[in-house]
Amino acid sequence: MVEHYQSSDAGLPPADPTTEGTDEQSLTVEAAIAQLTHPDLSLRYYAAWWLGKFAAGNPAAVEALMAALADESDRTELGGYPLRRNAARALGKLGDRRAVLPLVQCLESDDFYVREAAAQSLGMLGDPSSVPALLPLLAGGVAAAQRVPGRPHLAQPCEAVLEALGNLAPGSPQQAAAIAFVEPFLTHSLPRVQYAAARAMYQLTQSSLYGDRLVQALQSEDINLRRAALSDLGAVGYLPAAAAIAQAATENSFKLFSLKGLLRHHLHDHDAHSKDAIHLMSLMDQLL
Amino acid sequence: MIQVLGYNNPAAAAVAVRGLIQLGEASVLPLLQSLDEYNYGARAYAIRALAAIADPRALEVLVAAAETDFAPSVRRAATKGLGQIRWQANAAVVSAQQRVLHSLVTIAHDADWSLRYAAIAGLQALGTAAADLVPAIVEQCRLIQASDGDVVVQARATLAVITLSP
Repeated sequence: MVEHYQSSDAGLPPADPTTEGTDEQSLTVEAAIAQLTHPDLSLRYYAAWWLGKFAAGNPAAVEALMAALADESDRTELGGYPLRRNAARALGKLGDRRAVLPLVQCLESDDFYVREAAAQSLGMLGDPSSVPALLPLLAGGVAAAQRVPGRPHLAQPCEAVLEALGNLAPGSPQQAAAIAFVEPFLTHSLPRVQYAAARAMYQLTQSSLYGDRLVQALQSEDINLRRAALSDLGAVGYLPAAAAIAQAATENSFKLFSLKGLLRHHLHDHDAHSKDAIHLMSLMDQLL
Repeated sequence: MIQVLGYNNPAAAAVAVRGLIQLGEASVLPLLQSLDEYNYGARAYAIRALAAIADPRALEVLVAAAETDFAPSVRRAATKGLGQIRWQANAAVVSAQQRVLHSLVTIAHDADWSLRYAAIAGLQALGTAAADLVPAIVEQCRLIQASDGDVVVQARATLAVITLSP
């Protein structure tokens, strides 16, 4: 995903914030909400990021960010909506499902990065009611999911949509439809899109076929793809991957976080002293 | 080999770290003397080697790295190394072990789950080496088990309790 973003799109504060009042400690939730309508557009953008990071559980912050999804003032030269992007990202982190409907509306934005942020956040909010709105973004299958000439992204945020469907569609009325939409993306030309499809297919079917595809991806030539596969395996908690994760050719921290994902899943319905849990922790201990 | 740590070549550095660890005690003083260099990357590799060798002469360096280094990967390695120090029987050991216990308990409350996890692994190793400290360590791990917000950290604390008090 990293290559999709210009640094100004990553939702992060500037590296050297010299403007008064943008210090993490000095901002309060109330001040950040007020700053969302500040005349200085860069302060609005920063406030949206800050609220996503620090305003968990605050209903007023959610309402202010939902309002910012309709912002018209902050536009890029290509017609993008930076504040809407950051507001959409923040709403995914705050966990308030009142944001589902406004985020669903963002899936029709003409700004790719707003659609991507909305799909990611809907996946995080965990409300299956957004599945019918996500499926059309995969319409046309692999043939439609190609690079936009002159832009560093595909026509639709396929990776984000595939991941969201993997989180939301299992057990929903659209589960079979989701499988039909997702499955063709296993053959997409971009490995990262293939992995996102394999990850979603595993969540939708629990078939080791798809988990094993992610394990194979740990042998990729490209370290970024190996890291992506580690993250996907951790996200779906594919226990048979444990030994392959521990041996993957990446930094220990990526392997540690991936194994943590496996253990988290395992602990849903097992004790901390199950044989598999102890095995996972012995692998994690060796990576410290 | 210590010079290789400063070449900013991860593959070569990894080979050198392995070699230094194999040399064991013989590496400790040269590594400690090379630490005040300005090269941050080299320092991180040196601390990883010292953590793995776990010689008590590296105690203060490891405590400082575990508590205050800015790279979580270095902090994790130093934290684990603190728990695994190969204690030599002498009068200073008891107070040094207390020092390590205090440091690990502090790190067990860090904001970063991976450091809390490493601290528990370190506490378990310390308890295995220092029987006198087991009751205090088990008590700390029970507290973490009951209060930590992360299920994986809780699970590691459970495992430490089971391991130290069968």
